[in-house]
This record gives sequence, C-alpha cells and structure tokens, in this order.
Amino acid sequence: MAENGEALTPSPSPLRGRGEHHGRVAGLPLSHGRDVGVADVRAAQRRGLGGEGHPGVRASGGEASPAGPWQMAWRQLRRSKLALFGLGILAVLLLLAAFADLVAPYSPTQQNVALARRGPSAAHLLGTDELGRDMLTRLIYGARVSLSVAIVAQIVILLIGVPVGAAAGYFGGWVDTLLSRAIDVLYSFPDLLLIIIVVTSLRAALRAESGGVLGALASLDAALAGMLGIFLSLALVSWLTVARLVRGQVLSLKEREFVESARASGATTGRIVVRHLVPNVLPAIVVAATLGIPRVILVEAALSFIGIGVQPPTPSWGAMILAGSTAARGGNPHLILGPAGALALTVLACNIVGDALLEAFDPWMRRAGQGRA
Amino acid sequence: MTRYLVRRVLILLPVWLAVYTLTFTLYHVTPGGPWDREKPVPPQAMAQLNQKYGLDRPLWQQYLDYLAGVFTRFDFGPSYSRQSRNVSEIITDLFPVSARIGMLAMFLAVGLGVPLGVVSASNHHSIADRASMLIAVFGVSVPSFVVGPILIWIFALSLAWLPPGGIDTWRHHLLPAITLSLFPMALLARATRASLLEVLSADYVRTARSKGLREALVIRRHALRNALIPVVTIGGILLAEVLVGSFYVETVFAIPGIGRYFVTSVTSRDYPVLMGITLLMTTVVALVNLFVDLTYAYLDPRIRYG
Repeated sequence: MAENGEALTPSPSPLRGRGEHHGRVAGLPLSHGRDVGVADVRAAQRRGLGGEGHPGVRASGGEASPAGPWQMAWRQLRRSKLALFGLGILAVLLLLAAFADLVAPYSPTQQNVALARRGPSAAHLLGTDELGRDMLTRLIYGARVSLSVAIVAQIVILLIGVPVGAAAGYFGGWVDTLLSRAIDVLYSFPDLLLIIIVVTSLRAALRAESGGVLGALASLDAALAGMLGIFLSLALVSWLTVARLVRGQVLSLKEREFVESARASGATTGRIVVRHLVPNVLPAIVVAATLGIPRVILVEAALSFIGIGVQPPTPSWGAMILAGSTAARGGNPHLILGPAGALALTVLACNIVGDALLEAFDPWMRRAGQGRA
Repeated sequence: MTRYLVRRVLILLPVWLAVYTLTFTLYHVTPGGPWDREKPVPPQAMAQLNQKYGLDRPLWQQYLDYLAGVFTRFDFGPSYSRQSRNVSEIITDLFPVSARIGMLAMFLAVGLGVPLGVVSASNHHSIADRASMLIAVFGVSVPSFVVGPILIWIFALSLAWLPPGGIDTWRHHLLPAITLSLFPMALLARATRASLLEVLSADYVRTARSKGLREALVIRRHALRNALIPVVTIGGILLAEVLVGSFYVETVFAIPGIGRYFVTSVTSRDYPVLMGITLLMTTVVALVNLFVDLTYAYLDPRIRYG
C-alpha cells in the first residue's frame, strides 16, 4: 500500500504549503504545524488507506506502529490456530504435489491386477484400486492435478476479470453496460452446466483441428490429459464473478478523496487505476481467489466424475471418487474414503484459509466496499 | 400488484430468447453432430435423419423453425436419442422427480441451516458458534458426490436401514435429499449468521435490549425478520439450483431425474432435449426470483411493488 503515499505526493514535501488540496490529505487532518515528510504521509496512508483512521489502529490508541492491511491481516491470521492449520495443510499438499515423483512410493499407472482392490496394508498404506494401482500414489499425483488446475485456472480468471472489471468500474459507459448485460445472461445459466457445455464444445473443436494454432492447442490439451480444456472453460465461465467484484469496488473507490487528489495532482488515468485503485482492491481479490480455488477444485473433480474432465490414466480425485463409489457398493469402502477424504481435506483447508482472510481483511474491506467507515 | 406480476413474467421472454440464442450458437459452432457414433452411421442414413429433423436446412431457418414450433404449437421438438418420446414428455416425466427431492432437501436445509446460524450469531465467539461454523465449512467443502457414496455405504450397505438407490417409496427419497441438502444448509447457516450479527449491532436492537426485553425475544421479534432478507436472496438461488436436480446425486442414487438427463443430453448431443432443459432451468430461476422478491415484501412491509 506504500505506493499510495508515494504516488499521491510526487514532490518531496508537498504538504508544506497546506494549500486547498493538501489541507486534508486522504482524510487525515494535518492541522499540526510541523512539516510532514513523505514517510509520514506513507505511514498515514498505510494507517488510513485514504480514509478515516483504521478501526483496528484506532482501537489500539492510534499511536501503534502503522500497519497496512497486509500486516494487519497477517497478524490476525497468525492468531487463529484454525487458519494456521489450514495453511499448514495447503503447504504440505503443495509440496506433495510438487515433489510427487520423489514422495510417491509407486508409479501412478503401474498396474498389478493380482493385487486389485486390497485393503490397506504395510506395502500399500491406503490399499490398491480396481487395477491394483497404489491408492496413496494416485492420491499424491491427483493432488498435482487438482492444485495445478486450481492455480492456473485462478490465474487466468484474474488476468481476465481484474482488467475488465477495473475498466468497467472506472470508465462506466458502454464497457460497463456490456459487462453488466453479459453477467445477467450468464448468471441465468446454471454454472456447472455452462462449464459442461463449454468444455465439451471446446474439446470437440480442438479434436477436429489438426494444424495451426488450434492444432497446437489440441496436442497441448492431450499432453495435459485434458486439463487445458478445463482451465479455459473454467476461466471463461468464472471471470465474470471477479470482474463484477472488482467493478463494484472500483466504482466506490474512484469517488474517494485520495483518487480525487491524485487526479488533481495530474496523475494519468492509467496511473490512477494501476497504482491507486488496483492495490486497494487487492485484498478483496486475494480473498475471492482463495475462496475461488476450492470451487475450481470441486468443479475439476466434478468434471472428472462425469468423465469429461482429466483423461485416464492420469489420476484425478474426481475420477477416483467415481470409481470408488461403485467399488464401495461392492464392499471396498477404502476406494472411496481415500479420494473423498483428500478432496474434502483440501477444499476444507482452502475454505478455512479463505474465511480467515476474509475476517482478517474484514473491517478494511467493508470500508473499501461501502466507501465509508 | 397484478401489473407487476404480469410485467415480471413478460420479462422472461427476452431472457428466454437470449438463452436460446446462446445455446443455439454454442451448439452450432462446435463440430460434430447428434449422429456421431463409435461406428459411423452410413452417409445415406445420416442424410435421411438430417432431413427428418430439418437439420439439412440453413442455420437461420433452423433457428426460426424451433421458435415457430414453440410459439405456435408449444412443441419443444423431438429427442434425437430417445426417438419414441418428445422433449415435453421427457421433461414432464423427469422434472417432478427432481423437484420432489429438491423440495425435501430445501426443507431440511432451511430447517437446520437457519437455526444453526441463529444459534451461532446469538452466541458469537462461543464454542457453539465455532462448532456450527465448522459444520458449515464442512458442508460447503464436501461435495455431494463424496457424501452420497459414504451415506450409501453407512446407511444402506452396512446398517441396511435405507435403500441404496431408486425412487420407488418415500424411504428412497431420504438419502438423496439429505445429501442434496448439505450444501444449501451450510450456506444458509453462514448467511444467517453473518446477516444476524450485523443486524444485532443495530440501534433498534440496542433499544429493544435496553427496554429489558429478553434476548430470545429480541432476536425472534426484532432482529431475525430483518436479518432474513439477504438469507432469502441466497435461499432463492439455492432453491432454483436444487429444484432442477443434481447430476451427482441422481447418478450416485440411480434416480431418473432431470439433472442426470441434462448431462446425458449434452454428451450425446441431443440438442432439443438440451435446449428444453436449459429453458426449463431459466424459467425455474426466474420464477424463484419472483417468489424471492415477493417474500421481501412480506418480510419488510416497506417494500412494495406497484
């Protein structure tokens, strides 16, 4: 958030004059007679973020060391054992997914039909599946699929949603109208079903193509066991939610004093959007992304469960749950409990961290969202 | 009021048209057709099929043909994959099954979720609050295709209390409805808690408390009614979702419902069925939204529609 202070005060010490524009910088009364340097403004910015004093800071007497929303959120997060637990689980999962080749005891595709459907044992801690593949190994590789889909899709969603939302919120006009209408139509469509339609259409389109850009994309999709189709369709469907969030926040932020003063001091539109508005929306985006990741993981699992997600033999939790749900009827509950537990634990951890972040950013986000304290 | 209702129903027309156009476009920009099989259909048979269903006509004509059929004869077309039945018959067969389970699930979700949220908010930061919110996070995190098989394993296979699948008696409805209700229940609990917490800090609640009203009455008479408005919004979205059936629940419990049939129609490219179900869903969403708006007026008499 330090960028705010810097951008707001391009000259080294602009507050000396206490002119019309500078009498109140970002809502912070500067009636005391001493000079205020850039550092002080930055500190004030961090504390107040362009508004009145931060509730949290005010509660601790107003003299506490200045903290931006990030430090405050981190402090809050550290206090919650549940949030740390969630973060810990996510860290372990990420490591397992990244080093799956080193950690996994077997190969994920190596079959041994003689050992099919065995319960947990010393050699196979979570038993074996219907083709005699080691369940633990497949779960670890499945984590790689789930997490990479979640992260890549989320990045694509942000790359589309943030610029479009910011533009619509800041400029209004036809950009805004177009976005709002698009949101209306797409929201009257059931989410998952739209994803299903897009993913099957995209697959069919890619399959029919052999040369050119689409052909290259098709072979990339095949190499990724169908994950490219999932990334793209998820992103195409989900970016609207992010765009709407960013639009709403920008809409209220752009009327605030610190934006006005940036405009008055001659900042270009691009600079205002990139350095003043987007950093202020960032916490909301972080929370939305954290809470969006479990959704993406669930959708991937759901698509694989239907059979149009990640293509076998690449292990995916959704496909394993599908296989396991029939195996459970035959008296092999370990085949469903393993992947179901892994999926539930991952999504649970993401949701816990997301909730904690939401709560940690809350007083600050509420202000950004409503444009008042 | 009547004028308002008429206007709200008329607004459906452009929405239908937009959804129809979008679905039509999505379907026709994708290569492949409804007669693609593992073993290719002979070209002559394919030509005959195309002619029978009017698929050999130019696209704009197909686009208008369907609209004409819907508006003049209320005919939503044939099913390509089940050629003995048309779309209207399929929908009237399958939709009641899904809707019944959906209603039951929503009953459970509201009956458990809202009280959970109230307990949570009125004992903010207590053990009860944390426990209910943990349950709620769990409900949001664990998808139905995970809960379903586990419930079947416990209650149908191990304990043999309830049937594992099918839809013949009321006992068949229980497990699917419970499975389907978990997610809306969790979301309603969270929404109720958040909304009630906000209302409880309002001035009129302080007034009610300061005049010596018991806390239970403060919540029931003053706070809850206002707190329920955002909950109803979310409940409406959930109701619409649940009424049209869940593919997962219907697959796991072997239920012949509309959610499952929709996915089948997408993968088999049974285009008229796909279109019919999509339009049905749009209608359900719109009607539920109308119902939600009317509920607002009941909860908050200041809201009037003219």
